[in-house]
Formats: sequence, C-alpha cells, structure tokens
Amino acid sequence: MLVLKKFAKDKPAVLGAFIVLIVVVVAIFAPLLAPYPGDAAASHLLLRLKPPSAAHPFGTDNLGRDILSRVILGSRGALAIALLVVGTAMLIGVPLGLIAGYSRGWLSETNMRITDVFLAVPQLILALAIAQLMGPSLQSAMLALTLTYWPFFTRIVYAEARRLSASLFIDALQCIGAGTTRILFLHVLPNCISPVIVRATIGMGFTILVAAVLGFLGMGATPPDPDWGLAISESRQYLPEAWWFSTFPGLAIFLTVLGFNLLGDGLRDIVDPRLRRSR
Amino acid sequence: MLRFILRRLLLVMPSLLGLLVLTFILIRLVPADPAAALAGENATPAQIAEIRRQYGLDQPVHVQFVRYLGQIARLDFGESAYSRRPIALEISQRLPATLELTICALLFGIAVGIPLGTIAALYHNRWPDTVLRIISVGGVAIAAFWFAIELQMLFSMKLGWLPLRGRLDAGITPPSPITGMLLIDSLLTGRLDVLRNALWHLTLPALTLSLGGIATITRFTRAGVLDTLQKDFVTYERAQGYPAGALIWKFVLRNSIVAAITQIGLLFGSLIAGAVVVETIFDWPGVGFYTVQAILTADTKVMLAVTLLIGVIYAVVNILVDVVHGLVDPRLREQD
Amino acid sequence: MSEVQKANADEPLLEVRNLRLSVRTDEGKAQILDHVALTLPRGRILGVVGESGCGKSTLARAILGIVPKAATVESGEIRLEGRNLLALSDRTMTREIRGRRIGFIPQDPYLALNPVFKIGAQLLPLLTWHAPELKTAADRRARLTNLLRRVQIPEPEAVLERYPHQFSGGQRQRLMIAAALAANPSLVIADEPTTALDVTTQKQILGLLKELTVEFNLSMLFVTHDFGVVAELCDEITVMYAGQTVEAGQTAKVLTAPQHPYTTALLACHPDRSDALTGIPGLVPSPLQAPPGCRFAPRCGAVADVCSRRSPKLVGIAGDHFVSCRLADETRSATP
Repeated sequence: MLVLKKFAKDKPAVLGAFIVLIVVVVAIFAPLLAPYPGDAAASHLLLRLKPPSAAHPFGTDNLGRDILSRVILGSRGALAIALLVVGTAMLIGVPLGLIAGYSRGWLSETNMRITDVFLAVPQLILALAIAQLMGPSLQSAMLALTLTYWPFFTRIVYAEARRLSASLFIDALQCIGAGTTRILFLHVLPNCISPVIVRATIGMGFTILVAAVLGFLGMGATPPDPDWGLAISESRQYLPEAWWFSTFPGLAIFLTVLGFNLLGDGLRDIVDPRLRRSR
Repeated sequence: MLRFILRRLLLVMPSLLGLLVLTFILIRLVPADPAAALAGENATPAQIAEIRRQYGLDQPVHVQFVRYLGQIARLDFGESAYSRRPIALEISQRLPATLELTICALLFGIAVGIPLGTIAALYHNRWPDTVLRIISVGGVAIAAFWFAIELQMLFSMKLGWLPLRGRLDAGITPPSPITGMLLIDSLLTGRLDVLRNALWHLTLPALTLSLGGIATITRFTRAGVLDTLQKDFVTYERAQGYPAGALIWKFVLRNSIVAAITQIGLLFGSLIAGAVVVETIFDWPGVGFYTVQAILTADTKVMLAVTLLIGVIYAVVNILVDVVHGLVDPRLREQD
Repeated sequence: MSEVQKANADEPLLEVRNLRLSVRTDEGKAQILDHVALTLPRGRILGVVGESGCGKSTLARAILGIVPKAATVESGEIRLEGRNLLALSDRTMTREIRGRRIGFIPQDPYLALNPVFKIGAQLLPLLTWHAPELKTAADRRARLTNLLRRVQIPEPEAVLERYPHQFSGGQRQRLMIAAALAANPSLVIADEPTTALDVTTQKQILGLLKELTVEFNLSMLFVTHDFGVVAELCDEITVMYAGQTVEAGQTAKVLTAPQHPYTTALLACHPDRSDALTGIPGLVPSPLQAPPGCRFAPRCGAVADVCSRRSPKLVGIAGDHFVSCRLADETRSATP
C-alpha cells in the first residue's frame, strides 16, 4: 500500500502509467477503435494526402489511407515488438547475469567480457548490422534487437547478484546446505526483480524507439504494414505540404515512449530509495 | 598520468578484442555462405568460388581469423563495394564531419543541460523540477529522425530560415582541409564566410542530435547537485557566508560535475550512434551517413570497419573520461 | 561612564530566548528545540552540552540561520549585538552576519572542506566577501597567511595552493579556525570541533582556541557532549536535554553543584568521575512524541507526580545559575 501511495504522489509517473494504459487499451481494441480498420492494407487513391478533417482527423497518406486508423493499428505492432524483444532479452540476460554474478572464475569472467563486447558498440548500429546480415525483415529486426538488448539485463542482474552473493543471508543459506539452483532462483532472483522490472519498462520505450528507426531505414516493417517508423519514412517525399503525414505517427511514437519512460522513471524512484527522486 | 592512461588502455583491450571476434563471427559465420553474400546476388558459381579463394574463405576458421587480425592491424579494411575506394581513406575523410557535429551537439547539450539540471535540483520536488523532469524524460523519448524531419519541415521548407541539408551551400568552396572540421579550418584560414555558412548548416543537425544529450545531462547534473547539496562542506560554506550564487554555481557545481562527467562521456558514445540517424536525414557527409549507406547497400566490409571504428571511439572516450575525471578531481590524480 | 554605554557593555553579545523549532517529517511534526534559552556575555566561552540528538547542533545552525528546509523556527528571539537575527532575510544573513560577525568551526574538518578546490580558492573569497576593508588581493592574501601562521600551519603561502586531502585532520581543523577568524567576527560558533580528532590533537586545538579568544577578543559558543572539554575551556555552561535548556550557569558552579537531576546523572557518567561505566537508564524521548511535563521525568531518579503533569520553567537560583526542575521550584518557593 505504501508503494502505491508513494507512486500516486509522483505525478509524472502517474502520467506515464496513464499513457501506457491508454496505449495498451488502444492496441488491444485497435480494430474496433480505428475508424477505417480496413486501411491497414486498402488504398483509396482518390483520397490521397487529404489534410485533417472531420472524416479523417489526422488526414490521409499517399495512398489515401486514414492516418488515424493506421496510427491506432500501428500501436499493436509497436507493443508486440517491444514485448517480444524485451521479454526474450530478459529470458536470455537474467539467467546469464545470475550465473555471472553468483559464480566466480572463468565462467563469470567470460560471461561478463561477452556482455562488455555487446555494450561496447551502440545498440542501434549493432542491430542494424545484424538485421542487414540476416536479410531485412520484421523478424530479423526483432531478432537483432533482442540480440543486442540482453546484455543490459545481464549487467543489472550481475551487479545485484554480486552484491547479494557477498551478503550474510546467502552465506547462511550456503551453511545450511541449500543448493546453488535453489539459492539462485528462490533467494537471489527475487531480490533482483525490481531493477529488472524498471529496466524492462524503460526498455519497452527504448525498443519501440529503435524499432521505429529500423522501420524508418527500411530494415524493419515492410509496406503495407501500418508501422509508425515506416510511415514517417514514406511521408518524406510529400513534405512540407502533407505535414500531418509525418507529424501524427511521430507523435504516437513520442507519447508511447514518453509513457514508458515516465513510468520506468517513477518505478525506479520507488524501487531504489537510495536514488530516490535523484537519478 | 602516462601510466594511468596506459593502464586504462590495457583495460579496454579485452573488450576491443572481443569486438573483433564478434564482427568476425557476424561477417563470416552468420550468412550461410559468406562468399555468396560478398559476391552479390547475381554472381555465378565460378565468381563465388573465386571470391572464396581470394578472401581465404576456404581456409580453416582460425587461419581466417589470424589473417583478419593482420588486416585490421594494418588498417586494411579493403575497398567499399559501393564506391570502390579504400574504406580507411573514406572514413578518414568523413570522420571530421561527424566529430564536428557530435562535439557541437555535446557542447550545446552541456551548455543547456547543466543550468537546467542545477535549477531542477534547486527546486527539488517543486514544480520547476517536475516540469524539467517531464521535459528531460521527453527529450529521450523523441525519435531523432522524426524530430529532424519536423524541424526541416518547419525551419527549412516552410520558413526557409535554415538550410535543409549538407555542410555548406553549393556555391561556397571550403578551404583545403587542415583538420577537416569546417568551423576550425575556416577560422584558421580566416574564411568567415565559410564559418558563418557552416554554422548555419550545423544548427538543425546539432540541435536534433543534442536533444537526448540535453535530457541526459539535465538528469545527471540534477542528481549530482542534489547529492552535493547534502554534503557537509555545503553546510559549512553556507555557515561561513558564501553568497548563494557563488555557492551554487561555482562551489557546488564543480563537485556535481565531477560526478556527471562519466555520464557525459558515455553520452558522447550515444551521440555517435545518434549521428547515424541525424546525418542520414540532413545528408551530412560523415561516418554515420556512410554507415547507413553501407548497411542499406549491404556493403559488409564498410559495416565491419565502421562498427570497429565506433567501438574504438567508445573505448577512447572512456579513457578520456577517466583522464578528465582526474583533472577535475584532485583526489583521483594521486591514486595512481 | 554614562548609563547608555554601561547598558551596552553589559548587554550580552548573544542572547537566545524562548526558541522553538520544529521539523516536518513523514511521521509528523518533530519538536527539535523547545523554549531554548542561552546567554553569552562578551569575551566569554559558553559550552552547550548535551547528548547527541538533544538539539545542540540544530541550535548552532538556527543561530546561523541555516536550518534545513523542512525546519521552521516557530517562535523566539536570537539577538546578536542587539540585532534580532530571526528578523533578518537570508540575504542579509549572508552579507552581514555569517562569516562576518559569526565565524563557524565545523565538527568534521574532513568533510567540511570542498574537495575539488584549493585552500586558497576556498578561503580567500571569504575575505573578498566579508572583509571589505582589505582592498587588494595582496592584502587579503597577507591577512590569510598571517592567520595561518598564527594557527601554526607551516608554509602558509604554499598551503594556499594545496587541496584539502593533502592535510591531516588536525591541520584541517586549524585551517577551519583560520577561516572562522578571517573576517574578524565577534562570535565564533564551534560545533564539536574536536570530536573527530585524536586526543593529543584535541588538546592542542583546545589550547589554541583558548588563546585565540583572548587574543582576538572573541566570544565563543562551544557545542560539545564532553564535560571534560567544557571544564577545561568554558566559562559558562548550558545543559540541554531533548531540545530544552535544563540548566545554565557558570561552569564551576554547574559542575561542582549541579541542580538538575539530568546534569547530575550526566556528570556521573563521565569516565573521569566514576570508575565503573554507568549510564542513565531509559532512552531520550522521540521529538515526535515528547512526554507531557518534564521531558526527563521518565528517566529521572527524583521523579514526582507533578513532573509528568507540568513542564518546569527555567528559573534562577543563586545569582546567574538557572535550572528547570520542580526541585528548584520547590527550593525557591521554600526560601523566597
């Protein structure tokens, strides 16, 4: 209860939670909410590049499709990619971090050196390179994002597990003969969960952002997918006349990422009282 | 100091070596048939076999790796498949443009972020702090490519205030490169027309690129200042009647920046990554633009070289950060 | 001597009356200082004694006007040379009082110096701000080096170019003393200045302080928990318990004939006075829930029914010896 109370006091975090909630609801009910759900694929050349109006609040794109509908439908893809990528990255990164943090010697060392290598290059560039090598497609993009995101989780869990494994209660558990797996998953892992959740929340926003860049550069979603990044890329030749074409998908990215980041930021304040309201 | 730097160099070596292995694996092992990938889609089997032999791809993996290391050590990255020019040369010509852009963005980010962060800390948990927090979280949430396009649309296309792309107007001949950075070269040669025009072109890209930086620096300065304000010496300085202005902007801030420097260093790395996107949109002839071209045209060797280059820049920045850290914090200097 | 001048000379340098201060916390309002009173005559050293948490450091900060943001002074008066400090703005306090009329010597010299500035860069500005009679940088430098020499710091010129971490604890405390005296204040507040030092250094610093008070015609407020230090250094003493003044008077009188049971108990705890380590049973009450009546009642050996019902007032017995205890009330009413 105390946690909820603290959270409720933190206005930016509540704003973030609210935005995330809206995005999730919109994504779930996208086909029902979109005024022209068929515009995911259809085209109406007679309605090309119409400015915002009552019928099309966000205007229409180069193929006469309703941008509002495509922004709404696009939320599904964005969230699905982010969930899959962050989820898989967690599944890889967390166990590796646990092992590296709890064990000593070469296993831990190798593990962390590999993590360092991945962190030594910007995620975007590595992801772009991997996506290209595997052949540009949405699947490659997601795989590339996952392959480049897990080290972040390893890093965090490693630090926590290292700290915990030096602590008295783990010593005590070892003394009473608890097995390593048991200690790791029942005692160390639950203590790492909070920073992992914070990272995952911020990671959701971050992944949506990087996925949009990949889409924009043509290394992710392919036409006619209602992808936000792709839409901005398509809009470029119609600027500045069709300003709505780039503006609304971009705002959708911004709001979604902002929501996740504000939420993650607020969670971090609660989870880590040392850094409370500071970092 | 020299020993300090050398030790740092030794520390980053494993990471860089790992990066070499990783790139090697990516290039040689990920594509089912790297020779086919190198030869391109329309190559005949004979051509592929020739390439396989030429690149030593028929050799055992460890032989290939040693050969690969030898090439890298000689800075021999081969030729770009796209331009048919040596990659090392192309990079060296493009690097100054990227450095100019990222350094300007970083300086701008520092100039804006540090005062904002200090203000946020001074108004801790009151409305200016809350507003700045939303802004700084928002700064990281904006997709740089979209923001760049919106800026172009408004300031270049609609208002015509600022140029749309490039480093200089077509009519202006740049001075022959000394450092390759136009701002510095034009100053050195006294070409004020070039300086003005270059600054003109730099504004939008640097602004876009600095956005995330401003946000990050604001956050870390705020954290640093809050942390410093808790310190005993601040109480002491207040007790001894240090005027508020000097106390905050000099005596507290210097301490806070010591803490924020690591973050500013890491930021430079992410600015290099951001340059990839920003350069593409503003047709900025730097390494980032080059990288995207390489990736889009599947120019594997360029991708490899650029990835390594960025890894090295990351490492160098990290070492520099430690050095600067030592310079501003006298206690660290003597620990060596 | 005229009446007016006489009154002026008799007037104490510092007088605190009826000071109440509370802090807002998550669990409610904490009464940190409650009806605190003290009087410091000119040229004297007044020891403020009490256990940690009794509010003695907060009192020192309240006089300097640097209480934390969450704290509020609810009522009372703090008069320095006839001026009520509580009525002054923070700006006036900075410009005219702190560092200028009041010098401050902190508890922990290790933490009180700003680690990233040279000694000169920290102490010379104090003279720029608070010793306007020194017109040139050379004058200020001369004053500071003379002071440093006086507090027995060798090579004072070179010291200005050093960083705080290059000094030992005792030397740092000497630096703090020099800084406190830099602008010729009339009052020096020392907040446990010897607690962080080892015993021999402690002795030297106390000796130095004693000499300097005479030499510079200072009055000093000396906050400590150590009766031994008080006996050695102070002319007057004020004993605090749980945010209240419980006893005050000349050191010799209070130490030889303590009137308040708390003072008696505290003196009994002092290792110099008793062979066995004794303590006072019970705990200091939390400032969040102060007991009604006398705050010491729950731990007092001489407790009576009236103690938990009515708060005793600070009353004068025998000249300038003040006590707040029912026993004193009774003695007084018995012998009017």
